[in-house]
Amino acid sequence: MKKVEQKEVIRLRNVSKYYPMGDSIVKALNHLEFKVFQGEFVAIMGPSGSGKSTAMNLVGSLDMPTHGTIYLDGEDVSEFGESDLAQVRGKRIGFIFQSFNLINNLTVKENVMLPMMFQGTSFEEREDRAIELLKLVELDDRMDHYPGEISGGQMQRVAIARSLANDPEVILADEPTGNLDTKTGAIVMDFLKKLNEQGKTVIMITHDPDLAKDYADVIYWLLDGELDKVTKRKGKSFIDVTKRKKKEMKEKK
Amino acid sequence: MKLDYLILALKNLKHRGIRSWLTLLGIFIGVTAVVALIGLGSGLQAAVGAQFGISSTQVLTVQAGGVNAFGAPGSGAVNKLTTDDVDAVERLSSVEMAIPRIITSGKMEFNDVVGFGMALSVPDGVERRFAYGVMDLEVETGRMLKDGDVNNVVLGYNYWKDGDIFGEPIVPGKTVLLMDERFKVVGILKKTGSFMIDGLVTVNEARLRDLMDYDDDVDIIAVKVRSEDDMDRAREDIEKLMRKRRDVDIGEEDFEVSTPEAMMETVNSVLGGVQAFIIIIASISILVGALGIVNTMTTSVLERRKEIGIMKAIGAKNSQVFMQFFFESGMLGLIGGLVGIVLGTLISVGGIVGINNFIGAELSPSIDFILIGGALVGSFVVGAVAGIAPAMQAAKQNPVEALRG
Repeated sequence: MKKVEQKEVIRLRNVSKYYPMGDSIVKALNHLEFKVFQGEFVAIMGPSGSGKSTAMNLVGSLDMPTHGTIYLDGEDVSEFGESDLAQVRGKRIGFIFQSFNLINNLTVKENVMLPMMFQGTSFEEREDRAIELLKLVELDDRMDHYPGEISGGQMQRVAIARSLANDPEVILADEPTGNLDTKTGAIVMDFLKKLNEQGKTVIMITHDPDLAKDYADVIYWLLDGELDKVTKRKGKSFIDVTKRKKKEMKEKK
Repeated sequence: MKLDYLILALKNLKHRGIRSWLTLLGIFIGVTAVVALIGLGSGLQAAVGAQFGISSTQVLTVQAGGVNAFGAPGSGAVNKLTTDDVDAVERLSSVEMAIPRIITSGKMEFNDVVGFGMALSVPDGVERRFAYGVMDLEVETGRMLKDGDVNNVVLGYNYWKDGDIFGEPIVPGKTVLLMDERFKVVGILKKTGSFMIDGLVTVNEARLRDLMDYDDDVDIIAVKVRSEDDMDRAREDIEKLMRKRRDVDIGEEDFEVSTPEAMMETVNSVLGGVQAFIIIIASISILVGALGIVNTMTTSVLERRKEIGIMKAIGAKNSQVFMQFFFESGMLGLIGGLVGIVLGTLISVGGIVGINNFIGAELSPSIDFILIGGALVGSFVVGAVAGIAPAMQAAKQNPVEALRG
């Protein structure tokens, strides 16, 4: 049985993201609060337009919140400069995208090696590590192929290998099965589950409640840019652990 | 580390295939032109010089009526030079030897085919060797003229090998008619590459004077100076003497004293003009090439927004994204330069081989490794500089927007 440490990896405190849209302002996220602990498998659930992609961009340091603070291992991300943020994306977080986002001019192996190049790892070391990771996702026989020459499921496994290149704490997966059929999707999810069991923190963005319930420990349900509820696994079922302000609680009653 | 970016850049350029090649066309043409031009430089100079029969011997020539570019030298003069002038020049202290030369065209006949020949007089005695030396004349087959030859001639190379002048090659032993008088061909001159010298008919001076009714007239005085350092003084002495003898003021000379350097300078100034023109064209080509690179790289940044987004998402810093595009652009320039150098060198080697065949010289192309190194560095720099703005544009892409594609 895997162990979830009580070490806080990511914390969003009162985070909002607003986009100007003509004269008006779109509130993509509004006063979002959550914590992710080390070793957790977290799902951020919500229909399209709920703000889950925005949440992912913020958690992944691809974007900055309009208000509020994001802590990574207790450090305030808003104080980071451009190259520190690049470091966060390179070393602390591994991204997996719905559309795989491999670079088509590069072979499978080179794609996995690329994140390490940005960290200044030597070529030999990069190559050894890439081969090791491709073995892990059972694609070492495809490493000299180009992304266009392999299937979608295989591309997503390459993306998983790439996300692990610099041994990040957190895997951030945005609809990882969105472009895959059920069967290959399940294979990809099993890899993510395995990684989580080995101690990686996994944050998955999805619109599919069944997928979230099958794999996640904690599910943050977003609706219209706000946190709707939080459910936590207890055995085979989930219990609502939403912390509500007293006033809201009263209103609900 | 930088090597990784170079390898990545090459992969990306290769991936874009034909577009990469088209982009580096401008740089390639410019570099080809410059390298070929400089490689050919000395060869061109020698070839053009040879055409005008300019040798390196330290000799002054005097001719009447100014330099006439058309027809035989001195032929346009009204007030001709005479053998007295030759003697007077030879008496100058700065002059070691002065010989009269007659250069005239006349009717020539061989095998019943009538044509025209350009005859050159050859003096007797010690002056003979000087006369041959001035024009680098040597015998190819048969023998040179000697004192006492009357009805003997030595012909230029073109009568022998290019047999089409009189229908068939003229070989030693054959007879030709000059102004309807019979002359025996005793030798053929070595090829010089100059159309003028290779078409000469050399005849001993006394005989030519008689044949062409020249009396005391002289077309050119060839002057050997005492020492090479005296060249300018000899020239001034001769000019002063001739002004006095011909009763003309400074600036109104109806004669011209020229040195091989002066003639070479004329050739060089013409060549210099041609070179300047080619360099201007080459520069424009490189400039257009650089703009082509800016254009291609800018398009590339727009097309590869998603790739930039991915790079940033997996940890690339702005500076690393910049490097990637900067190197790609530099490589475009460098490859253009490389191809240009190879082609330019081939052209200059081919050109020199052609010139060697044409003038019978043994020139070698000037392949300058500093020039080649400079061209390589230069073309990389042109490419890289052209890539700065697009690379900056790539680096500052917002990762979220870039990922959207």
